[in-house]
Amino acid sequence: MHIAEGFLPPLWAAAWALFAAPFVAYGTYRVATYVRQSPERMAMLALAGAFMFVLSAMKLPSVTGSTSHPTGTGLAVVLFGPGVTAVLSTIVLVYQALLLAHGGITTLGANVASMGIIGPAIGWLGYTAVRGRTGVVKGTFVATVLADWSTYIVTSVQLGAAFPTGEGIGGVIAAAGNFAAVFAVTQLPIAVVEGVIAAAVIKQLIAVKPVITAKLGVGA
Amino acid sequence: MNRLALLAAAGVLTLLLIPVLTPGIGAWGGADGAGMAMIDAHQPSYEPWFTSIWTPPSGEIESVLFSLQAAIGGGIIGYLLRGSPDA
Repeated sequence: MHIAEGFLPPLWAAAWALFAAPFVAYGTYRVATYVRQSPERMAMLALAGAFMFVLSAMKLPSVTGSTSHPTGTGLAVVLFGPGVTAVLSTIVLVYQALLLAHGGITTLGANVASMGIIGPAIGWLGYTAVRGRTGVVKGTFVATVLADWSTYIVTSVQLGAAFPTGEGIGGVIAAAGNFAAVFAVTQLPIAVVEGVIAAAVIKQLIAVKPVITAKLGVGA
Repeated sequence: MNRLALLAAAGVLTLLLIPVLTPGIGAWGGADGAGMAMIDAHQPSYEPWFTSIWTPPSGEIESVLFSLQAAIGGGIIGYLLRGSPDA
């Protein structure tokens, strides 16, 4: 998922930064509102961010014999929706770009777009679709698996668009397929593992913080 | 702990342990690195036009910073999920 520093041509890097900026700005506005509203919400925000820190620090083994990062965005998107998730992802990605040389500043926009915006938005759509039938805990599993896995599909499309194998849309699709062959299978079991962990955390969260989780619309 | 939770926990352990304990299925390199290597296969002339401002000087330093990242997150989660009343 982390497109390395300098690994997107300048035009694509700029385009993805422009794409990501309004979402992060809107999310920042939402975060500021939460901070003013109540310290309990602030605490839940910290929890969602902390979950992302833990999960994306791990490179988990997969059935393909390689390792990959979970994204940790499922919990945030269930608790706060996609806007706030974009802000929290940006914080994690900046930490990793500056201290770990994972991802980069020039590719921050593209990485925020996949991990922080489009992936979580797909997770959020899945969550809202199943939640009424499955409840919050299983819904969180669905949201997390979708957010994690689709993040890597978005990365594949981003790389395919920047490095097509041929002319036109066909070259982009073929290239995206090549990148997805690297990412998609490896990521699937990792997304499932992440989904189980996120579901366990939200179950515990509802048990110990019934009031604030109800206010956030994820009560039991 | 209900049956579904136990089943899920067992599934997670299986998914993580079976591949690692199976000999010879891979070198456990990062998928991110494999993706970046594929750029070279698609467009050999492409040169990254910017490099990381700072790179951890060794694998050990990198792992301590990854651990720090997880520790910061784990500490906050442990503090917030400690089960004190929230109202």
